[in-house]
Amino acid sequence: MASLGTEVAGVKLRNPTMLASGFLDETGGSMLRVHRAGAGAVVTKSIGPEPRAGNLNPTLYEFDVGLLNAVGIPNPGIAAYEEEVTYALRGGAAVIGSVYGRNAEEYAAVAKRMASYGVLAVELNLSCPHAKGLGTEIAQDPEAVEEITRAVKKVVQVPVISKLSPNVADIASFAEAAVRGGADAVTAINTVKAIAIEPELRMPILRNVYGGLSGPAIKPVGLRCVYEIYERVDIPIVGVGGIVTGRDAIEYLMAGARAVQIGTAILDRGIDVFAKVCAEMEAWMDAHGYAKVEDLVGVAHGA
Amino acid sequence: MARRPMHIVPLLGILDETHDTRTYRFRADFTAKPGQFVMVWIPKHDELPMALSYLGDPKGVTIREYGDATEAFAAESVKGDLVGIRGPYGNAFVIEGSRALAVAGGVGIASIIAAVEACADSGIEVETAFGARTEGELTFLDRLKRCGPVHLATDDGSAGHHGFVTDIAANLLAGRHFDMVLTCGPEIMMKKVVEAANARGIPVQASLERYMKCGIGICDACAFDEYLVCYDGPIFWGDVLAKSHDFGRWRRDISGRRVKV
Repeated sequence: MASLGTEVAGVKLRNPTMLASGFLDETGGSMLRVHRAGAGAVVTKSIGPEPRAGNLNPTLYEFDVGLLNAVGIPNPGIAAYEEEVTYALRGGAAVIGSVYGRNAEEYAAVAKRMASYGVLAVELNLSCPHAKGLGTEIAQDPEAVEEITRAVKKVVQVPVISKLSPNVADIASFAEAAVRGGADAVTAINTVKAIAIEPELRMPILRNVYGGLSGPAIKPVGLRCVYEIYERVDIPIVGVGGIVTGRDAIEYLMAGARAVQIGTAILDRGIDVFAKVCAEMEAWMDAHGYAKVEDLVGVAHGA
Repeated sequence: MARRPMHIVPLLGILDETHDTRTYRFRADFTAKPGQFVMVWIPKHDELPMALSYLGDPKGVTIREYGDATEAFAAESVKGDLVGIRGPYGNAFVIEGSRALAVAGGVGIASIIAAVEACADSGIEVETAFGARTEGELTFLDRLKRCGPVHLATDDGSAGHHGFVTDIAANLLAGRHFDMVLTCGPEIMMKKVVEAANARGIPVQASLERYMKCGIGICDACAFDEYLVCYDGPIFWGDVLAKSHDFGRWRRDISGRRVKV
């Protein structure tokens, strides 16, 4: 029987599936529920220095192979968020804290406080495509990615994971910037900037016009990004984008990821998608003679 | 969970129910059950969760003005305007038993009226206790009376009992044997109804309201204990509510902060 245990930058996970930031992770109760549904770790909603309301509706558009959202990172702010992290941790969840800010100082301050709540690692949301005045500019500037990563590394003891945007010409150069800043791992990819138009109304559907595309539609883009990053940096990669089945997760491991994140697939397969994906991974590994996750990481390279 | 498309549909009719509440009728190609809701996109303004007050053809939602988007919708919309409808979402009232009591407060009647009709259609004897601030806010009375006895309460005494609908509900539960209670209205009202039904061992279903963004169980805006009102609800049973930390006490504001109901 294959073992699904994996390790990302020293963080041991019971399996390689994580809840992607932005889904069912604004409250401790929901994070705990996802933990019980089988996730190896849960990544919190991206939390900032102050409470944030997010965007007005419509913030979401569903279609057959994807989901377009512009929720706009609503969150209660880092001070109020302590009770949510504590609730999830007390229930036994492995929690990774996602944070954002307007500049390196804010990122560092929020990350420091998040780390003090007991999270296993912090993930830096450097790339949200639908929150005005935040991540979008940072996502386009490798120096900012480096500076923010470095500022956070200085103030936290737990591993720092920089989450990268696919909305750039060369994502691997951003992974290299994160490495220069001292990142312990990178997550790739955030959502793909996109819009939807309603022809009957002759207007964009999202109130914010622009949103982030997720789901099966972006899996080939995510795989490409992980593949490129794996060729250029040595730190662990967490792969995300369109993973619905165990086979999708295996593909990400083969591209170079050591763990994966799942969000949109909750819509298709329910909250227990994590347990389902794990069972499918295990079956595939058993059928193909793989004993552990590590043996699959990056095998598509040089094939 | 199957993906549900957005239906862009014209408003077939707009009916004033009260000074601040209107019913909007539309046709959309889906089947919904009593208590389910849809997300209604009011182009240029907002998209809001609304219970279906009419399940048949044409369907309908009944909206009270309570903020910028609903006020603008009421002021600007005319027959023929296009709106977006996605859904139906959430669970439904379970229509069973032989003698049901529906307890509604204010515009909460819009979430429960279809269930009252479904009870009557299934041969369940159904009575309704309905409270509002004043007589003019007592809507759907003809539909309710076609289903069974209706007991009214108003805060100002302009119709029915001068006082709370929960007083009427308590009297009805004490006087007759009911084997199902359905409720929708202000949460403090529902808490009293649920406690009264639980105390008598009568199954009770309450339709909750929380701030929603996605409506499909992913964004966590409508978190309620470890449940999601849009996905696990909006209807919860009395045994779940009796154990709830949040029911009647806590809700989440637009940024996810815990605030008092």
